[in-house]
Amino acid sequence: MNFDDTPQEADFRATARAWIGANAPTQYEEELRKSSLGRTVLKNANILEVAKAWQKKKADAGWACLHWPKEYGGRGASPIERVIWQQEEGPFGQLSRMFIIGHGMCGPTMMAFAREEHKRTYLPPLASGEKVWCQLFSEPAGGSDVAGLRTRAEKDGDDWIINGQKIWTSGAHYSDYGILLTRTDPTVPKHKGLTMFFLDMKSPGVEVRPIKQASGASDFNEVYFTNVRIPDHQRLGEVGDGWNVSLTTLMNERSAIGAAVSTGFPELFEYCSSLMLDDGPAIEDRAVRSKLANWAVKASGLKYTSMRAISALSKGERPGPENSIGKLVAGSMIQDVATYALDLQGASGVVSGEDGELAGRFQAMLLRAPGTRVEGGTDEIMRNIIAERVLGLPGDIRVDKDVPFNKIPTKGRG
Amino acid sequence: MNFDFSDDQKQLRDQARKFLTEKCSPKAVRVVLDGKAPYDKELWKGLAEMGFLGVAIPEEFGGAGAGHLELCVIAEEMGRANAPVPFSSTVYLAAEALLIAGSDAQKKKWLPAIASGEAIGTLALFEGKGNPAPKNVKLTAANGVLNGVKKPVADGAIADFAVVAARTGSSGRDGDISLFLVDLKAGGVEVKSLTNLDPTRGQAEISFKACKAEPLGAAGEGWSILTQMLDRAAVLCAFEQVGGSDRALEMGRDYALDRIAFGRQIGSFQAVKHMLADMYVSATLARSNSYYGAWALSTNAAELPEAAAAARISATQAFQHCAKNNIQVHGGMGFTWEFDCHMYYRRANAMALGLGSLSYWEDQLIDRMRKKNAA
Repeated sequence: MNFDDTPQEADFRATARAWIGANAPTQYEEELRKSSLGRTVLKNANILEVAKAWQKKKADAGWACLHWPKEYGGRGASPIERVIWQQEEGPFGQLSRMFIIGHGMCGPTMMAFAREEHKRTYLPPLASGEKVWCQLFSEPAGGSDVAGLRTRAEKDGDDWIINGQKIWTSGAHYSDYGILLTRTDPTVPKHKGLTMFFLDMKSPGVEVRPIKQASGASDFNEVYFTNVRIPDHQRLGEVGDGWNVSLTTLMNERSAIGAAVSTGFPELFEYCSSLMLDDGPAIEDRAVRSKLANWAVKASGLKYTSMRAISALSKGERPGPENSIGKLVAGSMIQDVATYALDLQGASGVVSGEDGELAGRFQAMLLRAPGTRVEGGTDEIMRNIIAERVLGLPGDIRVDKDVPFNKIPTKGRG
Repeated sequence: MNFDFSDDQKQLRDQARKFLTEKCSPKAVRVVLDGKAPYDKELWKGLAEMGFLGVAIPEEFGGAGAGHLELCVIAEEMGRANAPVPFSSTVYLAAEALLIAGSDAQKKKWLPAIASGEAIGTLALFEGKGNPAPKNVKLTAANGVLNGVKKPVADGAIADFAVVAARTGSSGRDGDISLFLVDLKAGGVEVKSLTNLDPTRGQAEISFKACKAEPLGAAGEGWSILTQMLDRAAVLCAFEQVGGSDRALEMGRDYALDRIAFGRQIGSFQAVKHMLADMYVSATLARSNSYYGAWALSTNAAELPEAAAAARISATQAFQHCAKNNIQVHGGMGFTWEFDCHMYYRRANAMALGLGSLSYWEDQLIDRMRKKNAA
């Protein structure tokens, strides 16, 4: 048992470190290091532009999408090399956020299902960040129950005509392309009538409207489709096989090993280490210590769970299912951590923004946190996944399983 | 990076699991649970023969000369089987105390006897309520003679010798405490068995009356040795707790698959599924923290104090969580003596206290994290 790199890993790490040291936009390092959930901002620069510039620079030197094949803009690196890169990239990895959906979900789906000429056309600029992609799955009628979506695709010659609405689309407002899950046959049970496409987000009839979130920020959008035309060659997978195609996408979303999940603990521990309460230093208060200790072991438990998965990668093995706990644990923890940080501030905890304690760091975290427990699979969906796929418990009894989609009730009452 | 046990260590785990499945069935555990024997002597003998008692004891002292990682994998299996033997007292505490501070003669006398299963050892630290702290040690030592009462002492009624924490000074500092080695069969001690949460592991009150004792380690070094002992034992116990957590989770999962209510498997209800998923989360966090503890223990890393406290807290929480919810998944049947669920519930809650309670280790963890940050 050890934490040492193999000689090849050490070589790779040294090369990566040297390149990052010479090329990273270090003028933003301090700000990126201090960013936390609900607050990743650069004061004197447009973060989108900085992120795109960094991604392009990486791509030109062969450091973008490391695990992708070279012909599609990657490096053909091993999974463990990808992890080492992430470790070395450190705070600059924050700049990859706007590409996560494209690189983590759209790219792998294109790789698995698109025609070869499309892969060669679309994947390299996706890798280099010149083109940004989004994922159009969720709908007002299909969140956790994605297969309940209603956006229609109807065949018209060699094209498909799309009508409907998507919601919770991250980054749609700055995306160039998207992968789109539609219903092509409403007369069969819901999982069987779906088909996947990719499309140009600038196509006529696509309208993006930002959602003002509960936190006040706008990271997500509604996307409306009115008679949008998509040529049939942009279909991904067979007609009616969209559910299986989407599983590829979602599996990739959840297998991002080594991607550090935010728990808020380092921020809270640092805060408590210097905070004075009425009776003395917070860190010497028995109640504070108990809370900190309980969160500390969750944070370290997640860290070493991830190390176990990385070790499996290093040995060329498939990681076990342990990593599936990350989002579930971190999501509710960061919410609790933020709530407690404000509790420690007393009445002044109500003040957010620049006038707040630590410029409102924990207030921003608190307001953003409910989203983390919903996006990419709610806590409840994550528990179902653990129960069914890891523990082998039976799936839910689905009352709509064998019912044609257009016969499923659409209203709970009246 | 290789943050995992080696193939040989995993093989040892399989070997231990096979052995314990055969020799330590729930039926065998119940012999001790029902008070028909103070511990499972046959199993103890078997563990010695397998080389498990001395796995981390050097060959020159009659052990297998493997290491702490090997001991960790065996500990996990002992916890999974809920073994009714004085393994933790003898191997994690007494043997480790001798390895840390014993003279050559002391090691020669006791370590081979531990490895062969002839000697059971334990730690006599607590004196009634309270957590490990120098001020709670009242038993005195003067002129090689101990006077005072220790309670509770794990496996005290069956132990052949004990490491005893005694007061040798009154400055109010850690240096007031020294450790002694006492042959419990040599006179000067009175032992009384105590009823306790987990009858598969005995607890006793031991009165020392002008009892002869020899120093273990230097005078005034007792607290520092004890702290090292407790850290090591915290990691090793964490592996037992991880093993117990996994077993309790499996029992709950299996029952949820077999039991039908309202015309369906109860494991198809989300209320039950989510409870089991949360148990898996706790058990996984505990396992990962314990692996880190194992790494720190086996390399004698500077991180051991922090890693041990984290493993202790995480594994204690996980075992308590899994054991109590295992009963909940079983419903009424889980609350019968006949079902095995309560054996894990008892063990989980007894283990949560044995080396100092959760609140004690929470305090320790924060102190140690602060120390690291200050350094």
